[in-house]
Amino acid sequence: MAAKKPAKKPNVSKDELMGYYREMLMIRRFEEKAGQLYGMGLIGGFCHLYIGQEAVVVGLEATTKDGDKRITSYRDHGHMLACGMDPKGIMAELTGREGGFSKGKGGSMHMFSKEKHFYGGHGIVAAQVPLGAGLAFSDKYRGNDNVTFAYFGDGAANQGQVYETYNMAELWALPVVFVIENNQYAMGTSVQRSTKSPSLWERGAAYGIEGEEVDGMDVLAVKAAGEKAVAHCRAGKGPYILEVNTYRYRGHSMSDPAKYRTREEVQKMRDERDPIEQVRDILITGNHASEDDLKAIDKEIKAIVNEAAEFSKTSPEPALEELWTDIYAEVEA
Amino acid sequence: MAIEILMPALSPTMEEGTLAKWNVKEGDSVSSGDVIAEIETDKATMEFEAVDEGVIGKILVAEGTEGVKVNVAIAVLLEEGETADDVTITSAPAATAETPAESTATSVPATAAAPAAPAPDQSPDWPEGTEMKQQTVREALRDAMAEEMRANENVFLMGEEVAEYQGAYKVSQGLLDEFGAKRVIDTPITEHGFAGIATGAAFGGLNPIVEFMTFNFAMQAIDQIINSAAKTLYMSGGQMGAPMVFRGPNGAAARVGAQHSQDYAAWYAAIPGLKVAMPYSAADAKGLLKSAIRDPNPVIFLENEILYGQSFDVPVMDDFTVPFGKAKVWREGSDVTIVSFGIGMKYALEAGEKLAEDGISAEIIDLRTLRPIDYDTVLASVMKTNRCITVEEGFPVGSIGNHISATIMEKAFDYLDAPVINCAGKDVPMPYAANLERHALITTDEVIAAVKQVTYR
Repeated sequence: MAAKKPAKKPNVSKDELMGYYREMLMIRRFEEKAGQLYGMGLIGGFCHLYIGQEAVVVGLEATTKDGDKRITSYRDHGHMLACGMDPKGIMAELTGREGGFSKGKGGSMHMFSKEKHFYGGHGIVAAQVPLGAGLAFSDKYRGNDNVTFAYFGDGAANQGQVYETYNMAELWALPVVFVIENNQYAMGTSVQRSTKSPSLWERGAAYGIEGEEVDGMDVLAVKAAGEKAVAHCRAGKGPYILEVNTYRYRGHSMSDPAKYRTREEVQKMRDERDPIEQVRDILITGNHASEDDLKAIDKEIKAIVNEAAEFSKTSPEPALEELWTDIYAEVEA
Repeated sequence: MAIEILMPALSPTMEEGTLAKWNVKEGDSVSSGDVIAEIETDKATMEFEAVDEGVIGKILVAEGTEGVKVNVAIAVLLEEGETADDVTITSAPAATAETPAESTATSVPATAAAPAAPAPDQSPDWPEGTEMKQQTVREALRDAMAEEMRANENVFLMGEEVAEYQGAYKVSQGLLDEFGAKRVIDTPITEHGFAGIATGAAFGGLNPIVEFMTFNFAMQAIDQIINSAAKTLYMSGGQMGAPMVFRGPNGAAARVGAQHSQDYAAWYAAIPGLKVAMPYSAADAKGLLKSAIRDPNPVIFLENEILYGQSFDVPVMDDFTVPFGKAKVWREGSDVTIVSFGIGMKYALEAGEKLAEDGISAEIIDLRTLRPIDYDTVLASVMKTNRCITVEEGFPVGSIGNHISATIMEKAFDYLDAPVINCAGKDVPMPYAANLERHALITTDEVIAAVKQVTYR
């Protein structure tokens, strides 16, 4: 993986940095708890954890304004936490309870929040890419300057509908940032085993779309690239592609024995490139925060995550009547 | 407070496993993410990572132990300031206590059981004395779109050749001139992509009309139609859905072969979350399309190339709509009920004429919408005539007629004097040769023969 350093380190305040640390840690602790609840049988089906990729959504969310939209795949817990959705509602959806964002009817892969402009949570690889361009279409149609972030993985990058979408997004100058979260493995197939393309973002050039590659383990680099991409879209110049090189520490889903890569590879990434440790180092070595300050954040997050877990266990299962609701919206008389 | 480390479930179906190996020993410090053990299931060996940090206080299950039940404590983790002596084991191997027992309530049927004699809504579609004009189905569809686009800024039309070419079948003639390129949008030939973009635009609050040059090409887009447009309202717990219309010609045209001649009525009618309309007349095409565009749900609107040029009476009204779920009785009769929709109605009506000459009085029902279906009108008619046949152009297996037959059997079995017969297209891909194609489609003669069979004539 390219360990490209950003050309310039952006100016960032201590408070911002503490904020990123806190948000990334929240995602990690939340996901660890989700993994634990899965192990206890409280979460069923598929559960795809975001551990290792935290800097991607935290860095990009730092560039958004109210009204901006986001849409992603089934590995969606991090995106939801980063855009401000309540951890309790997310965890309760994972356990299939009434208090979940979809009243327990969506599950880990299908969650939404109209209020936070989070449009899912999609279980079909790459389906969210044209959908995201469509959200951007709706903003352009209305004439506002909102931007949509359409996240997808290196696996989805080989789906045909991505390129159908690139073509129309550039043709119609849609304000959408295509974020390729390249975590190096599409389930068990490495990028090297699925394409001869030297890079995924450069495929956009065939459609006239600008883009760049970003170190996705460095939250500040992600944020800097995100600002550039968002400015491009808000200025009406059409879509922009960010290929964010990142790494998932856990299996594709909970039931992945991960035999396609070595333990050493994962450990090396954790030891040398961990997005949370990187920010922690800046905070400590720059004397922006003490060990005690960070411990206090840890403690606070642990409490929030535990509260979410508790809520997800105590929130009741949906009433049986819910089986028959939300299939059709009422036609206005 | 010491933390119990429980035997994890590593797949949706795992109940027990082998604790193959401990990677830590008592007294070791661990932090979250460290691999502490290897667990073997029937499918794979998985690494088991610590969730919390602390010191391994006690290992409760030795490595090599087989058949360790999920959720049994296998070790104890000590937090700062604790010793192994503080540990008491509380976890039970039982299934999670929080999960409420399975409810014993029986499932609720999609529709309440029909009363013995349903009272269908057969009110007229327009007031008596309304001025009528002759219009083709093509013109009626265009007028419906134009009227709704005038009424609602958020309605737009997107598809291949809909704008500058004026529509591959000229259905969108004149719309570009009136509404401009912002609202009448030519797409590249990329069904999967533009169906997805339109669905996303609907999530964003717009009301797209997607024209497929034919529904055969919508096969490229069917994932977005079903997995994205139809299911999102449910999956989001009612937060957001796709208020939009997918429309275009469906079914066989003439001599265009297997890949361009297929009726998808039964496919889409099978999907909860979609609404499906398949009009026959120009008035229904107009009234139903206007309703479809206003509907807050995704609507599949199945037109027919052969019907586009046919003329019918259309009421001259400021705002004429036809509601979904209301069938139309085209001809009242007492001897047999013929249930059809779309171009099937052409054969049904022709057969009705000829049967009348033979002294058989057929009641002919046009379902008009296939989701929802107006069961009441069908059942009330069958209870009167005691005989029924269905007519459609689609394949015979898993057809709309099959579903209607099953419903009649369930709700009006005692009223039947003969088995219901389904007239459908033949169970073959559409051939090209003119004579074979004629045989592959239903014919008026087949409809007449079926009626004679159920009326024992």
